[in-house]
Amino acid sequence: MRPHLLALLAKEPAHGYELKQALEQTFGSAYPSPNIGQIYVTLGRLEKDGLVRAVDVEQSNRPNKKVYYLTAKGRESLTAWVEEPTEGPRVRDEFFMKLVLAPLTGIADRMALISRQRRHYLSLMADLNDLLSRTDPRDRVAGLLIEGAMLHLQADLDWLERCQEDLA
Amino acid sequence: MSAVLKAVNLVRIYSGGALPVPAVRGVDLEVEEGEFVAIMGPSGSGKSTLVHMLGGLDTRTSGEIWLDGKRVDTLSESAWAMLRREKVGFVFQFFNLVANMTVADNVELPALLAGISPKEARERRESLLAALNLADRADAAPAQLSGGEQQRVALARALANKPSVLLADEPTGNLDSRNTRDVLRLLGEVHKQGQTIVMVTHDARVASLADRLVSLFDGQIVDDGRIARRRTGTAGEVIDLR
Ligand SMILES: Nc1ncnc2c1ncn2[C@@H]1O[C@H](COP(=O)(O)OP(=O)(O)OP(=O)(O)O)[C@@H](O)[C@H]1O
Ligand SMILES: [Mg+2]
Repeated sequence: MRPHLLALLAKEPAHGYELKQALEQTFGSAYPSPNIGQIYVTLGRLEKDGLVRAVDVEQSNRPNKKVYYLTAKGRESLTAWVEEPTEGPRVRDEFFMKLVLAPLTGIADRMALISRQRRHYLSLMADLNDLLSRTDPRDRVAGLLIEGAMLHLQADLDWLERCQEDLA
Repeated sequence: MSAVLKAVNLVRIYSGGALPVPAVRGVDLEVEEGEFVAIMGPSGSGKSTLVHMLGGLDTRTSGEIWLDGKRVDTLSESAWAMLRREKVGFVFQFFNLVANMTVADNVELPALLAGISPKEARERRESLLAALNLADRADAAPAQLSGGEQQRVALARALANKPSVLLADEPTGNLDSRNTRDVLRLLGEVHKQGQTIVMVTHDARVASLADRLVSLFDGQIVDDGRIARRRTGTAGEVIDLR
């Protein structure tokens, strides 16, 4: 969550609760609803590392609130995050390890593993279908994220079929 | 619950070539009324052969096929053709519409052949074409349509006679994502209304609408089980962003 908060602070200084709201507004239903405690913990770490700094702002009738802003070091870190290439999907996933090692375990054969995994992927896809139908079509960020997840799942299924043809 | 469609030890061996090809090797399958079954498997695993036999479009080598409690594999060709008109809707992997008939007539014909009144056949055609976003193509000839549009017409035609079972072989093979969405919506709707569906597909979104998945491999069923549904809240819970 560190770079996400840095990116929001690059736009304008904000306090913890404003960051939570900004995340919710930007990602719509696509972001796991951010926990306010987690946001404060992350801000604390960013401050310790010198990437953000906080000023106390007085409020009438209420305790002071801490408003965070980005430091030069924070901006550098954010730039590096934006510019570095992003890892592609993990192909060496846990399932592939199970599949390759299955004959050694004697616990399940590859055909059974593949079949079970295929149904698991389809039930994930059913969830995504469900979600997409419940997502406001104007919430483009959430829509695109769900479509992306669907395309990844389709690729996983196609790959499962290749594994079945070659290994089972 | 009663089985709408049942296959017992179904076998198909193609023996035209130098070596006989066992395309389907002993398939047992029961499809309950209202059930949506997806069939998946690698290319050449026998998916098309199986659904063609279930729809009476290919002859079995041995085994039994039951439709609505009646054994059909022993019927004469003409008797089965009659039954098929009333009870089976079929969408082919390579859609085959009647070239010299309009889209509207292609969709209405099976309903008329099944004995549905012309008025009802027209209403049904109109609602199916509308659901698939094809209302403005009703008077076109199939050759004037894109592959995706022809495939949607084929689906509308297969549903026109309200068949006991809809058999479909890769019905979304030629569709882009927008057109797939229309097909998904229609399939979801007719399934909710109780339509029994058996569908071969590589498309995970289509398959995930099904209640049950049958996996074929080398002409045999290697897996047959339900597709679990969890209820989830938001996209964030399904898609881990962190
Ligand atoms: N008319 C035919 N004559 C001889 N062999 C055939 C015939 N039709 C199919 N086959 C063979 O039977 C096997 C199963 O074919 P089928 O078309 O049922 O596979 P499929 O699972 O539908 O594949 P795909 O995903 O490519 O459509 C294949 O080996 C195929 O070559
Ligand atoms: Mg096929």
